[in-house]
Amino acid sequence: MRSPPIPEMATQEVQLSETLAHLKTESDTLKGKLEEERAKLHDVELHQVAEKVEGLGQFVMKTRRTLKGHGNKVLCMDWCKDKRRIVSSSQDGKVIVWDAFTTNKEHAVTMPCTWVMACAYAPSGCAVACGGLDNKCSVYPLSLDKNENLAAKKKSVAMHTNYLSACSFTNSDMQILTSSGDGTCALWDVESGQLLQSFHGHAADVLCLDLAPSETGNTFVSGGCDKKANVWDMRSGQCIQSFETHESDINNSSEADREVAIYSKESIIFGVSSVDFSLSGRLLFGGYNDYTINVWDVLKGTRVSILFGHENRVSTLRVSPDGTAFCTGSWDHTLRTWA
Amino acid sequence: MPVINIDDLTDKDKAVMEVNQLKLEVKLERWLTSKCCEEMKDYIQAGEEDDILVKGIPEDKNPFKEKGGCVIC
Repeated sequence: MRSPPIPEMATQEVQLSETLAHLKTESDTLKGKLEEERAKLHDVELHQVAEKVEGLGQFVMKTRRTLKGHGNKVLCMDWCKDKRRIVSSSQDGKVIVWDAFTTNKEHAVTMPCTWVMACAYAPSGCAVACGGLDNKCSVYPLSLDKNENLAAKKKSVAMHTNYLSACSFTNSDMQILTSSGDGTCALWDVESGQLLQSFHGHAADVLCLDLAPSETGNTFVSGGCDKKANVWDMRSGQCIQSFETHESDINNSSEADREVAIYSKESIIFGVSSVDFSLSGRLLFGGYNDYTINVWDVLKGTRVSILFGHENRVSTLRVSPDGTAFCTGSWDHTLRTWA
Repeated sequence: MPVINIDDLTDKDKAVMEVNQLKLEVKLERWLTSKCCEEMKDYIQAGEEDDILVKGIPEDKNPFKEKGGCVIC
């Protein structure tokens, strides 16, 4: 005789799937409402508002410096506030600090892991942060003594339960913001290594983050494999706003309040890995998987230039702090500065 | 505040988090896109004069200008 299923377990299962179904319905209803609200307010596109704005002239931008030295794909780079030094990290496990004017290497650190996916320069210029497959973000104070072993002074700050995808110092050397394959972002105190705030809301790996530019800025945006870009309040840990796209993973994010223009052109079929705005926000630079950089006029929504030079995917792109140049890193093992 | 590993969350936990988040967002004050676009346009145009990548810079002032040749006297 077949024994019946244990009543309690069966009831629990039924209850759970009813609860899940109920939650799904509630979620769908709320999403529908959000869509409605947003559609009501979407009365115009940016390029329409900018119709009378003068178009931009011809652009003559080219590679000014090529930084060679990494033994494998360059994954990330960041500018120092002095507008001339650059830190870069690579699949080869190395983090290098360069003088972008002279192309000299000033410091080099070998990380205990390969795939150093994230690196950042401290605002003071006295330290760099980096991490990747080691699931950590470590800070290395930069020494004036070229012979000093940087690895000896390394400080482990952040610990995630999966790879580190991005890191950024906040307004000071004292705090670091990180994003991870574990689906979270977190704010850390550098000195103590203490977790100050964690940010939950992404349903999958978080791939990138960007802080709002203002001095008093308390918000940042993160993008993830769940196709969402979330805007966060750093003080409360709250997600203030969430944007969903129908494209695939969000590999790079830049602080802009609202999706008001989509920069696309039929002839572009390759994904963009990295983006950054020029100082005023008029230009948007995108580094692509087809080895090029596309330059967009943000107000008009049109492409103004394509730049060639890299011999493999462009993986990282940042405009310099004073907006005089931008730097790209590539899977071709090099970095290039353009102006 | 503890760090949550998303792999440890159950489907129900994730669904509850999503619903709570959406409830928050529905309540937010929103502006007309046209108003935001105007602000964005004004913000961008205000900064354009100082934006070197937009305006260009004379070669001799460009910190990244081509490295000159050497002259031996």
